[in-house]
Amino acid sequence: MNDLACPLPPVEDRTVQLAHGGGGVMMHRLLERVIFPALGVGGAGVGPPHDGAVFTAGGARLAFTTDSYVIRPRFFPGGDIGSLAVHGTLNDLAMCGARPLCLSVGLILEEGLPMEELRRAMESLKRASSEAGISIVTGDTKVVDRGNGDGLFVNTSGIGIIEHDLDIGPASIREGDAILLSGDIGRHGVAVLAAREGLAFETAIRSDSAPLHEPVLALLRAGIPVHCLRDLTRGGLAAGLKELARDSGFTVRIRESDIAVEPQVRGACEMLGLDPLHVANEGRMVVVLPAEAADEAIAVLRRFPVSENAARIGCALAGQNGRVVLESIVGTCRVVELPLGEPLPRIC
Amino acid sequence: MKYVDDYRDREAVRHLADAIARAMTRPWTIMEVCGGQTHAIVRFGLDTLLPEGLTLVHGPGCPVCVTPAHLIDASIAIARHPGTILCSFGDMLRVPGSKDDLFRAKSEGADVRIVYSPMDALRLATANPDREIVFFAVGFETTAPANAMAVHQARARGVRNFSILCSHVLVPPAMEAVIEAPDNRVQGFLAAGHVCAIMGWEEYLPISRRHRVPIVVTGFEPVDILQGVLLCVRQLEEGRAEVENQYARWVSREGNAAAQQVIREVFRVIPRDWRGIGTIPGSGFGLSEAYADFDATRRFALDDGPESGLESGCISGSILQGRCKPKDCPHFGTRCRPEHPLGATMVSDEGACAAYFRYRQAELEILA
Repeated sequence: MNDLACPLPPVEDRTVQLAHGGGGVMMHRLLERVIFPALGVGGAGVGPPHDGAVFTAGGARLAFTTDSYVIRPRFFPGGDIGSLAVHGTLNDLAMCGARPLCLSVGLILEEGLPMEELRRAMESLKRASSEAGISIVTGDTKVVDRGNGDGLFVNTSGIGIIEHDLDIGPASIREGDAILLSGDIGRHGVAVLAAREGLAFETAIRSDSAPLHEPVLALLRAGIPVHCLRDLTRGGLAAGLKELARDSGFTVRIRESDIAVEPQVRGACEMLGLDPLHVANEGRMVVVLPAEAADEAIAVLRRFPVSENAARIGCALAGQNGRVVLESIVGTCRVVELPLGEPLPRIC
Repeated sequence: MKYVDDYRDREAVRHLADAIARAMTRPWTIMEVCGGQTHAIVRFGLDTLLPEGLTLVHGPGCPVCVTPAHLIDASIAIARHPGTILCSFGDMLRVPGSKDDLFRAKSEGADVRIVYSPMDALRLATANPDREIVFFAVGFETTAPANAMAVHQARARGVRNFSILCSHVLVPPAMEAVIEAPDNRVQGFLAAGHVCAIMGWEEYLPISRRHRVPIVVTGFEPVDILQGVLLCVRQLEEGRAEVENQYARWVSREGNAAAQQVIREVFRVIPRDWRGIGTIPGSGFGLSEAYADFDATRRFALDDGPESGLESGCISGSILQGRCKPKDCPHFGTRCRPEHPLGATMVSDEGACAAYFRYRQAELEILA
C-alpha cells in the first residue's frame, strides 16, 4: 500500500504543526499536498524524491543537494549544529554516489545569540569540512529580530561529482539484493533528546554524526555494483527502509537480531517508550547491492571507523509492494511503518 | 540488557507457546488489561504463536485512550488561556478532543509543553512565577504517585501558580465493568504489572472471588506475557479462579506503601468518565478536599461536564471492553489512521488500533 495515496479526502491542516517536519507520514503529506504541487515538482514521470539531484553539465555528472539545520540544543555529546551542517549535506551527496566538491553556508542569526556560541559553531563547521577535505566556497548571513528565530539556523548546500556509471537509487534495486547497515542505530536521536531534556544516563550517549562519503567512495572504487544508498536521518532506519521499499516496489525483509543497538541506547528507548528503529541517526546508511557482493562490501566498509560495524540486516524480496517486514527477536514477523512525526515519549 | 534480554529469549518464548498449546483442551478468551501489554503482544506477534482456540482481547488499560474528550477540550481551553503553560506527556498531544487536539492548539499559538515528569512542570512553575502552569495529570495507578507527589510538593513549597487537570483512572473498577457487561466474553484477566507494583495484588482478590475469574498479575516482556497466559489457561482448565502473580520480581501483595500513602493524601476516589465506555463509579482519582486549590478545573472555572455522545463512528468503546478487535472497525486504516485518528485508540502507542496499524497493516503473507 502506498502511504502517499490515501484514498480519502485530505484532512486539511489549518497551520503547520511540528510533526510536519518530523520525517514521517505528516511530512510526506505536507510535501505531496502543498509543497510539490506548488513548485510543480514530483508527479507523473518524475523519479521519487531522493537525497539529492543528479544532473549533467559540461559532460560531467554532478550531484546537488541542500539541507537546513535547526537543532536544539545546538551543542550535544558527539556533535553540534556546525558539524551536523557539514555531515548532513556531505552524506546527502555521498548517497548519490558523488564525491563532494564544495559547500555553501547560509546563516540566520537571531539578535542576542551569544557571540561565543556562534564562534564555537563556526569553528566546528570549519573543522568538520576540513576533516572531510571539502571547501566552503560561498555563503550568506542574515540577522533577525529577537524572537523571530531560534538563535541559529544553518543551511548548507553541496555539489559533488559522480565518477562512475552506476545509477544509484531505489529504481536500481533488484530482487534478492542484500541490505547492509553501516553501524548501530539510534544514538543521534537519543543523545540530542537526552541533552535537550536533561536526561542523565550513566555515561553520556554520543551522537553518531559523521561523514559517510569515504566508505561510499571506497565501495565504488572497489568496483562494487551498489544499487542504492540511503543515509538514515529523521524517522530512523524504519523511515529509510520504508522509503526504499515504497520507491522500489520491493518488500524489504530484515532481522531484528542483526540490527545493532548500543545497550545504553536500548535502555533509554525502553525507558522512554521509543522504538530504536524510529530514532534519528546522522552517520549511518543502508547499502543495497547484489547479494554476491555483500561480503566484499562489508569488508570494505569495516575498514572505516564510521562503518566498522557494518553488517547485513536483510534482503529485498518480490511481492507485497513496498512493505518492510521485520523478523523479531522472538522469531515472529511484523511490518515496519513510517513513524508519524517526531517520536513521542509515552506516559508509563 | 538485564531484565529485558532474558525475557525476550526466543527459546523460552517457543517453549511457553508450546506449553500453552498442551495445556488447552477447549477455547478460552483472556483479556490483557494494560495497553503496554497490548503493545508488546502486537509488536512481538505473540498472539500469532498462540493456539487457535485462545483469544486475547485488549483491555481498557491505555490512559490516553480512555481520557474523555471533554477533558481534552478542557486542556485545550486552558492552553489557550493567555499567560498559561499547559504541560503534558507527549502522547496526549495528538488525541482528538471533540474538535481539536493539543498539537493543533500549539501550532495556533497555545503554549503547550511536553514534559517527562510532573516534577518538570513544577520546576517550570517555580521558574515562571508570572505564568499559570497546568499539568495534565493522566494515567492509571502507575503515574498517580508521581503526580500526587508533584501536588504535595507544590503545596509544601507554596507554589501558587501550579495546578493539575486530573484525569486519573483506576484499573479494578474497569475490570469489574468489563466482566459485569451483559455481553462479556472475557474468562480470565492478565492484570497490569506496573499498576500492581504500586497497589499490590490484594485488591484483586474480591474481584476474582466475586466473579469466579482467574486474574494473573503479568509483566510486559514476551516471556512475562506468555507465562501469564499459561498460568491463566491452567486456572481455567482446572476450574480455579485465583489471583496469581507472574510478575513477582516487582509486585508484592501489599504494593508500595509509601506511594499509596501519598496517593491517599492528595487524591480521593471519584466516579470517572471513560472515553467510549461511559461513567464507571469509583473508577478514578480527583484531588482531595485538602488539595482542591490545585484543581485546574476550579482555577479556570471549567465545566468538567459529562462525556458527549458517540464519536464519528469510532468503536473504541467496544474494543476497550474486549468485544471487538481493531480490524472489526470499518474505518480502521481508511478513515481512521494515526495521522487523523477518529478515536483515541488510534493515537497512543498503547492503543490497540495504533498497535495494529503500526505492526499489522496487512496480514503477512510471507510469514516463515
